[in-house]
Amino acid sequence: MNRIGGLLLGLASALAYGLLYAPVVVMVLFSFNAPRGRFNLRWQGFTLENWRHPLRDAALNEAFLTSLGLALAAALLAVLLGGLMALALGRARLRGGRAIELLLALPLTNPEIVLATALLNLYVGVGLPRGPLTLVLSHSLFCLSYAALTLKARLAGFDPTLELAAQDLGAPPLQAFRRVTLPLLVPGLLAAALLSFSLSFDDYVVSSFTAGEIVTLPLYLAGAFQREISPQIQVLSTLVLLVSAALLVLASPSRQGRR
Amino acid sequence: MAPGLLWLLGLYGLPLLALVPLSLSQPLSRFGLETVFSGRVANYLEVLQAYGPILGRSLGYAVVATALGLLLAYPLAFAIRFRGGRWQPLLIGLVVLPSLSSYLVRAIAWTSLLGDGGPVLGLVAALGLTGPLDALGVLRDGRLLNTATAVILGLTNNLLPFLVLPLVVAMERIDPRLLEAAADLHAGPWRCFARVVWPLSRPGLAAGILLSLIPAAGDVVNPLFLGGPNERMIANTIENLLLVQMQAPRAAALTLVLMALITLAVLLQLRGRGLEELPLP
Repeated sequence: MNRIGGLLLGLASALAYGLLYAPVVVMVLFSFNAPRGRFNLRWQGFTLENWRHPLRDAALNEAFLTSLGLALAAALLAVLLGGLMALALGRARLRGGRAIELLLALPLTNPEIVLATALLNLYVGVGLPRGPLTLVLSHSLFCLSYAALTLKARLAGFDPTLELAAQDLGAPPLQAFRRVTLPLLVPGLLAAALLSFSLSFDDYVVSSFTAGEIVTLPLYLAGAFQREISPQIQVLSTLVLLVSAALLVLASPSRQGRR
Repeated sequence: MAPGLLWLLGLYGLPLLALVPLSLSQPLSRFGLETVFSGRVANYLEVLQAYGPILGRSLGYAVVATALGLLLAYPLAFAIRFRGGRWQPLLIGLVVLPSLSSYLVRAIAWTSLLGDGGPVLGLVAALGLTGPLDALGVLRDGRLLNTATAVILGLTNNLLPFLVLPLVVAMERIDPRLLEAAADLHAGPWRCFARVVWPLSRPGLAAGILLSLIPAAGDVVNPLFLGGPNERMIANTIENLLLVQMQAPRAAALTLVLMALITLAVLLQLRGRGLEELPLP
């Protein structure tokens, strides 16, 4: 491409990364801010004080741990249920398979608010009090769609004759599954679990409808925006980002060999 | 299969269907979510009348944010695919990384960036653009927070990865030999792009647009944090109807209207192509 094209390309790319990273840079920067007043939203001066006791905000930590537990439970449930669904959808020429796929895709092709409204009315309708149970159920549901469809895509690239070969060599079906199919599925399962975890961990809309008295991290943050933004929020967020970045590197395709 | 299907039907399929009778009901009292079915079609007319403009505004914000995102995402995807070389995985990772931090924390950071005395308004003032941008309606009384601009910027930040990734995937499928062949046949760089890259990247474009429009149209957080009362979007309205005003039937009617509009857009986008075309992570 000629010079002008190259220049435009570079400019747009720089702007794109700039837009992506502007809030992230501000977040990290403000973890080193010494705010005056209750809202850590204006730059006042550099300090390391916030990092000296990174976990000193007890309410924030509690919300963080709640979200961590919730995301683990939701991811586990979603991968378990989604894995079974993906196996069933991928293998047998299932009757009604298309309808089930459509049902799986619906939560993804509609805004979260649709799911949240439907779930809230369900819980009110059957008289299930909103709390930990409704929260885990709700999160596992939207994770299930992502998990099942990601896993199904992975399974599509999987050679079914491998398992048959193992059975030909005398492995009982369960052993063939455990020794051949499962190890090949592990990267896909991990990817689905990570995706589910991060979706649940960051969810605001469904939680605000179904949490009852439980305070997840996003719900805590929304409340803090009205009340008090302590620098510990930025400190914790920076820590979470660092851990996420490490996980991203570990889970990257280049490390898995083949996708 | 069975437990997953039970989950899907019990927690999604049936509750979704149950919204239909609910949307035709009326509340039993002003203080609870209990309702009684009365076949009240007027709910739909009332919500369309009362919230039609907000619905239009939400779709408008989503479209503008997606268009703005595309202006940046398409060149970036192109650069990653055709100029990235061995840095390609890193460049893609850098696109994903910001979405691993909470989008609420990013919205909080935007308030620092866009607030009075913040760096963005400082830059605008230094360039002498405050007046012109105010006249254009980009700023309101010299401010950025609580404007449509702020909400759209926040939305664009959120949806950028969803545009870039499907585009990169689509462009990766383009055989570089096609470009060589076009060049051998004396096609200039722009012609190469128009005749080879653009048509072959269209599926990624369609996927990215869907993946961006849907969550943007139903966003709650950006209007809440970055917009004022005049920038509330449809999901904020549904949340308010349901959790504050306790108007479950109207909330259900509005939800179904939103769902119908989005589903229509998805079907138009897919136009008979199978679910395989559906963009998925």
